Amino acid sequence: MSGRLEGKVALITGAARGMGRAQAVRFAQEGADIIAVDVCAPVEHSTTPGASPEDLVETVRQVESLGRKICAFEADVRDQQALSAAVDAGVEALGRLDVICATAGISSAGPAVEMGAERWQTMLDVNLTGVWRTCKAGIPHIVDGDRGGSIVLISSIAGLRGLVSVGHYTAAKHGVVGLMKSLANELAPHSVRVNTIHPANTRTTMIQNESTMRTFCPGVDEPTQEQFEAGTQSMHLLPVAMIEPEDIANASLFLASDESRYITGVTLPVDAGHCVK
Amino acid sequence: MTRMAGKVVLITGAGKGMGRTHAVRLAEEGADILAIDLPGEQSEADLAETARLVRELGRRAATGTADIRDFDALTAAVQSGVRELGPLDTIVANAGICDNPGPSWTIDDDVWNRSIDVNITGTWHTVKAGVAELNPDGGSVVIVSSTAAIKAVPGASHYSAAKHAITGLSKTLANELGKRSIRVNTIHPGAVATPMTINPTTFARLRPDLENPTEADVAEVLSQRMLLPVPWVESIDVSNAVLFLASDESRYVTGLQMVVDAGQTQKVA
Repeated sequence: MSGRLEGKVALITGAARGMGRAQAVRFAQEGADIIAVDVCAPVEHSTTPGASPEDLVETVRQVESLGRKICAFEADVRDQQALSAAVDAGVEALGRLDVICATAGISSAGPAVEMGAERWQTMLDVNLTGVWRTCKAGIPHIVDGDRGGSIVLISSIAGLRGLVSVGHYTAAKHGVVGLMKSLANELAPHSVRVNTIHPANTRTTMIQNESTMRTFCPGVDEPTQEQFEAGTQSMHLLPVAMIEPEDIANASLFLASDESRYITGVTLPVDAGHCVK
Repeated sequence: MTRMAGKVVLITGAGKGMGRTHAVRLAEEGADILAIDLPGEQSEADLAETARLVRELGRRAATGTADIRDFDALTAAVQSGVRELGPLDTIVANAGICDNPGPSWTIDDDVWNRSIDVNITGTWHTVKAGVAELNPDGGSVVIVSSTAAIKAVPGASHYSAAKHAITGLSKTLANELGKRSIRVNTIHPGAVATPMTINPTTFARLRPDLENPTEADVAEVLSQRMLLPVPWVESIDVSNAVLFLASDESRYVTGLQMVVDAGQTQKVA
């Protein structure tokens, strides 16, 4: 049976671990080759612990073990030159580009009005401008290929509604939706589709770290996994505390593949029902 | 092709058009199909053809006839199918009707009521009859709505109102059924290449400037309404969205309005 992304090449940022790695592996299972980008270092003003170069090597290993090709680059989505150079080199090596997944992102917390300007700015730089830079680096290659394509931007439930103590994150993730809707209009004549995915609490280091666990359990100094998951569960309609990165990857696969060839401009929540709760 | 392996799916409006395409696509992925459509000779022949196509793929098919406005008849048809195929895993509420009677204030009561009764009350009946027969482990409810639930359709407010109402029903159902691991999502096709779009009446409405408009004439104006360079989507595109929402690949997706419209609702004029 031929894969749902057979012969296609996908650019994925934040590919060292979490959702980005899950996308790389799921896409490779369906026949895609991968251009993997990750900063592989901590980002200042972020509570998400940094990925490591070893994490990215592990993604490479997993994709290659599926018999697919992967070009991996350490690059910061805030650095257009480095990012574009990585994408150019990846396309040169793999021959084409069909799919972009802008998945790299960070988190931090604090009341919006008390937040330092640097924390605010870093959030916008990575989670919004970094998405734009990723698109900017990849889109010319997709358009040049003249075969159409699909762009999947990873937003958040915070891209569809307000969340407390993450005003900067909520602003950035809403911004991604605005960017998506404009790009959907701009790229449709090239048969390039653009959609966003909105995960709720997903089992990645962005959520599964001490600092974020504490924000889910106000008044508890060292919350247990059980206390934490009671908090995450309470946000979901379905009886599930944590969404797995593979669930985000499956939604990305649907939007990346030709099965969704006429779907563009859509905000797709993978949120266990959070947004309608 | 095993994304629906072992699952039993109820589909209304399964005799032809999109309903039949859903049945075939889900069967390709391993589902058994309970196909329901209206009573009547032609409809029964259509259902038999859908069942033949499903069986040709090596899957089981059961058929039943009921008007979805008639809850008792629908329940009997669903229960009979479940006795044959086993408990349901997925409900695809696909049956619907559409016409274009004119401005809201000129619509006759019977025309208005028919759209409301079939499109919203019939959908409620379908979910009500189906949920009672769902596998206790949970399941997926997929309701085929329309872009008319998102944007106005001048001349068809009875349709737009009914499809908007489906959104309210779905969001409520998602809340009520979430704890039982039952997901509820809607799909919103724009123009689809089915007889609902491809017919002389619709052609005349879309090209009032021409005496005998052809499909190409209509495609020309519809293309201008889309973002992507196509005049309409095909049934298979809607079926692929049904497949995603029916399968475990979307196990944590509920309360979603999935638009399959070539970007029509996102187009900046």
